[in-house]
This record gives sequence, C-alpha cells and structure tokens, in this order.
Amino acid sequence: MELKPCVNIRQEWDIVGARQLGREKAKELGFGTVDQARIATAISELARNIYLYAGIGKVYFEMVDHLGKKGLKIVAVDEGPGIRDLSQVMQDGYSTSGGLGAGLPGVKRLMDTFEINSEWGEGTEISAVKWVR
Amino acid sequence: MRIPILKLHNYLLISIQIDLDDQSAIQFQEDLLNKIYKSGATGVVIDLTSVDIIDSFIAKVLGDVVTMSDLMGAKVVLTGIQPAVAMTLIELGIHMQDVQTALDLEQGLIKLRQELEG
Repeated sequence: MELKPCVNIRQEWDIVGARQLGREKAKELGFGTVDQARIATAISELARNIYLYAGIGKVYFEMVDHLGKKGLKIVAVDEGPGIRDLSQVMQDGYSTSGGLGAGLPGVKRLMDTFEINSEWGEGTEISAVKWVR
Repeated sequence: MRIPILKLHNYLLISIQIDLDDQSAIQFQEDLLNKIYKSGATGVVIDLTSVDIIDSFIAKVLGDVVTMSDLMGAKVVLTGIQPAVAMTLIELGIHMQDVQTALDLEQGLIKLRQELEG
C-alpha cells in the first residue's frame, strides 16, 4: 500500500505544517492558485479544530481518482471528545471557542465533498475532497 | 516570529511576509497596539501582498486588531489582499465589512491621508 502523506497535529505550529504540505500536494496534482488557497484554508480549519478541541490527531492526504477525474482527499482524524450535535457545528457562526464559527461550514463550501463522522466520547473523522477542474 | 513594524511620519507600515501561525498573529496584535501607543501613530497600513492564506483564525485576529487600533484612535487599512485570498474568505463566510481596504500600499496611504486629513 502506498504510504499516505500525513501530519500529526500536536502543537499549534503543526497547523501551518499541515496546510503547507497540503498546498504542496495540491500543486503537484495540478490545482490552480485559487483551489490551492481553498485547500490550504480548509486544512487549516480542520487542523485547528483538532488542536483546539481534541488536542492531538492527524491530517492525511490521499490522491483520489474517479472516472478519470483526479482529486485530493483530506482526512482529519482525532480521538477527542467528539461532537455532540452535528447540525449545530455545521451552522455558520456557531462556536464554543470564541472563534468566528466559520470553520466547518466554511470547509464544506471550499471543498467539493464533505463528510463528517463523530461519536460523542470517541472522536471525529472528517474527510473532504476537491477535484481538479 | 516577530513581524517588523515600520514608522513613517505619523503612520505605521507593516508588510506581512511569513505564513502566519496563531502565535505570531497574536504577538503581532500585541506589538502593533504597543507601537501605536508609544509612537502616537494615527494611521496604520497592513500590507498582505505576500500572504497566500487567511483562515478564520487569522481573519479574526486581523479584524480584531483593526477594531482595537480604532479604539486607541488609529485608523487601519488592509492592502494587497490576493484574489485567491479574497475568494476563499468569502466562501468561508468571512466578510470583514468594518475593515477598510485598498488595492496596494500606495492606495492605502492615500486612503489614510484622505480619512485623517479630510
């Protein structure tokens, strides 16, 4: 199996590391500047959520292929407290940390697909794909 | 990483040229407010030409520093926001409506002068 590029999120600086690696991968895949910025921003939001709410976790990247279309999949996983109410965190402006509450709904808008699985007390896994146009 | 803040007459000029991590962003907020206090500057231009990503946290820190500076009596203009950054911010749902902006440093200084000198 191909080893997936992965960034462990343990400290704040890892947020920057994750988005830089993600932007590099996006560039390699042939994404334009605007999509590179969208991808890097989405990674930043996901990595910060891990850092803020779970403490530790990881973000990994996967090159995906569907019917000849190439894409980049971002997966953010943690074993933190999980999300109690998924519909609440997907609302614009909802935040428990004093942030802008733009994170998850924003990521959904920046990417082409967005999937979230969270079990209260077990952790959270979010995956999102952007297709090369 | 510390971001240099330059004084030019009664203005402060900042060009952000690093990939901003949370800590540097907060440090910058503090440094800028202290510099306004010490220098008595009435106008500030923060140039973002070299910034290729602004996420919700950095947007909040920037928006806050504009409001904080305003409370102290200094007007802030953000300049040079890249097209990709502008698009990403709006898609994220961040509108920064109360923030003054200009195309580049030159336009930013013109805007400040108009605002401060009437």
